Amino acid sequence: MFEFLFEYRGFIVGTIFIALIATVIWAILYGRNLIRTEKSDAVFGNPERALGGWHWVMTGVSAILIVWIYFSWDAARAFNPKAANELCQVGKLSSAINPIRSTFPLDDGFLKGTSLLVRENKQLNELADQVERLGFSDAEKSQAKETIDLMRKAIIGMTSPEYLDSATDAKFKEIVSRIDGLTAKLADQNYPGDPTAEQIAAAEKNPRWGDSGNEIPAAPASPRGYKFDAAAKEMKTITSDFSKIRNNNSNFLAQVEKLKGQIASLDTLVKASPGTDELLIANRADFVKGLTRVLRRVDDGNIFPPDALNNIQNALVKLDNEQKSQQGGLRYYDILMMPGGEIRAGSSSCSEQGSGRWLPKPSDTLRTFARISNPEIGYKGYPLLWYKMKPFGEMVDFIIPDFIASLVPGDYPRHDTNGIVTPNFKSKVRDFATGNFESFKVPMPSGHVWDSLLRVLAGLFFGIILGVPLGLFMGLSRFSKGFFDPLIELYRPVPPLAWAPLILTIFGIGDDGKIFLLFMVAFAIMVISARTGATGTHLSKIHAAHSLGATNRQILRKVILPNSLPEILTGIRIAIGVCWGTLVAAEMLAGTTGIGFVENVARKQSDYEIIWTTIIILGLLGLLFDLMMRWVIDKFIPWRGKG
Amino acid sequence: MSDLVAKDLSMVFDVDTGGQVHALNNVNFTLKSGELLSVLGPSGCGKTTLLNIIAGFNHPTGGAVYLGDEEIKGPGVNRGMVFQQGALFEWLTVSENVDFGLRMKGTDPKKSKKMVDEWLDIVGLAGFGDIPTYQLSGGMQQRIALARCLINDPDLILMDEPLGALDALTREKMQSLVLKIWKETGKTIMIITHSVEEALLLGERLFVMAPRPGRLHKEYNLPFAERGVTEDTRDIKNSEEFIETREEILTMIWDMEEEIMGQV
Repeated sequence: MFEFLFEYRGFIVGTIFIALIATVIWAILYGRNLIRTEKSDAVFGNPERALGGWHWVMTGVSAILIVWIYFSWDAARAFNPKAANELCQVGKLSSAINPIRSTFPLDDGFLKGTSLLVRENKQLNELADQVERLGFSDAEKSQAKETIDLMRKAIIGMTSPEYLDSATDAKFKEIVSRIDGLTAKLADQNYPGDPTAEQIAAAEKNPRWGDSGNEIPAAPASPRGYKFDAAAKEMKTITSDFSKIRNNNSNFLAQVEKLKGQIASLDTLVKASPGTDELLIANRADFVKGLTRVLRRVDDGNIFPPDALNNIQNALVKLDNEQKSQQGGLRYYDILMMPGGEIRAGSSSCSEQGSGRWLPKPSDTLRTFARISNPEIGYKGYPLLWYKMKPFGEMVDFIIPDFIASLVPGDYPRHDTNGIVTPNFKSKVRDFATGNFESFKVPMPSGHVWDSLLRVLAGLFFGIILGVPLGLFMGLSRFSKGFFDPLIELYRPVPPLAWAPLILTIFGIGDDGKIFLLFMVAFAIMVISARTGATGTHLSKIHAAHSLGATNRQILRKVILPNSLPEILTGIRIAIGVCWGTLVAAEMLAGTTGIGFVENVARKQSDYEIIWTTIIILGLLGLLFDLMMRWVIDKFIPWRGKG
Repeated sequence: MSDLVAKDLSMVFDVDTGGQVHALNNVNFTLKSGELLSVLGPSGCGKTTLLNIIAGFNHPTGGAVYLGDEEIKGPGVNRGMVFQQGALFEWLTVSENVDFGLRMKGTDPKKSKKMVDEWLDIVGLAGFGDIPTYQLSGGMQQRIALARCLINDPDLILMDEPLGALDALTREKMQSLVLKIWKETGKTIMIITHSVEEALLLGERLFVMAPRPGRLHKEYNLPFAERGVTEDTRDIKNSEEFIETREEILTMIWDMEEEIMGQV
């Protein structure tokens, strides 16, 4: 129903973003002005200083929203909706360049050939160390050492410029000229010429940014986009040609062949006289395998003389500079407006990475919220919060216990010889108690939020109903305190979630288990707060009530209970908070409805919009409860702390 | 109306550090109906213990107290209490506090409302009925406590330093109020106080108690309370006779205090 708003999301979010920034600036100026004009400002430490300050509330809320809108890239989308599509084309070029680029020490680290060389030499040194320890015969030892020496020479054969054959050098030169050609094309205004009809059609079919999750429309749709897209395609072929180049000079190939023979003869030599020590046999086999493995890697021919690739590196730097300058303002937009991540091109599509991925945009989140708030859609076929027409009989069934039918004297009717059952009074009572009768329907709330709410309220209700009286008695009677104290103090410190697996096993994954878990949480808190309240009753009040003729019962109800109300209400306030936390975690463990369930499913699907929606719902509900409790406290115990 | 009789009253406490404290040792006295008694003494002489026993909050370890023919074994409506700090129920309004005792008895609300209004009028709080008690000053709270106690029509009113927490001016006004109520209702009243002046003024009879063991040290019969009903209390306090007695008692208490200090 809010879809039409989503059409104008760019304008709306942009306006709100600017308004929020204006609010923050206004509030800061207003606050400073207020401090300057209030000459009678209280001294430091005076609580009066903390009174009021709505402008700071606005600043705080605005700051949160600004951070959200900014880091989720909603602002970026609002002010330049095409940016993501263009950056996607830039990303395509980057990911085409990257395989070559990572060969060179352009961003960080060693030249690729250098790190390969270092690794192979390290392996060879380790193998050389092993030779003495493997109990080889002299003949085997000299064979092994010779192989390792030969291997070192083979590597030198690759790094030495004199062995590099001219064909490979020619391939390098070709790559350089192709990269330079691409650089020139990028600089050319007319490259790649007019888009084809297919490209235009694809561009028109592009969805809007973020219409499907965090996907970004991939087809190029602007002159800059076409340019980068075409360059990316061309770069891809250059990259794949480059990666096929091997340092296969004749000297090296001859050495490899020789090495293969050396290792094979070492292998036969070692296997000819295995000895009896099984561990040694295994270690020797590993040694030979290790040599083979190093040879196989050296065989790839990925190491070149140190300066052989300099021209390619220079060409790449030039290409990089050119593509950066071709990005123009887009590059600064990317840096400024899309913080904490980048747009990355995958094999078939582009996506937001970083905060843009896990922090959904407020506008998208609101749309998702609006969508799943729609009772027709809901989440997993169940609305968030709606109503359902339920027969009145269901409620009767819930309230009236079924066993009252068993209390009625007589037997249930039997079927007669014609197969007909005639109901009697007893069976009618049973039908009534089980709600098995035609009745009108009444609207009852239902939905994920309602289910969670109901569980919390039920747990809280039983916790209060049972916890408060016990707490009061524990504050008044030595027996109850001594008897129940160890019980409660033992189970209370255990985190509720530690109980969860056990309780969910006993009571099942339905409502019962969760309500019982919440009851346990609320019960302990209520007992302790009621007990504190009862023990805190001033003795003179009890004395006064006694001498005014109150009975013990009356003193409990009219003096001790009201006197404990502040502690009890504070206890309820704490219990609500803890119950919410426990409930959501319990719903994540098991169950098929509830906010925790929604979040858990969303987590499995990496649906960050739903995750944030549930977080916001939980936050708002918590705030609502707390405001309610504050109101209750102000309304019902204004005398708190004033006795 | 009935007399208050204390017979061989003793109270011994076990102390945590070992040993025993004789808070009261063989206290004997008779308080006739309608008498106004003030009890004075240095700290730790057992004044409050005596009052708590009479109220029925504590049981004596020896002897007994009788009100009329009945031995006191627990708290009861026939003995009203007024505490140092009102001990009001702050969750109730003024009139709900005053008619607390009546409600506990289940008195007809219409009848009790009339009585509450009457008593609020007597203690000078007419029209304050619907105000929460925590919004009132200390003096007003003490007036409520007085009304709450008197509405139950007790035979004996026990006051444990009732004016101790009030400022000097309010205190003088309240002293007159206590005298007025004593005269008008003819109740037996027992007041425990730290102030010698107050004890002289609010005591037809005055017990000076001595500590270790707690006992009745000296008894006075004084004319000031009777005079205070009609005369200005400040004139009485300035009279020669009043000052003389005051100095005598002050010296007596000073000596006791010094004796205690010496022991320590």
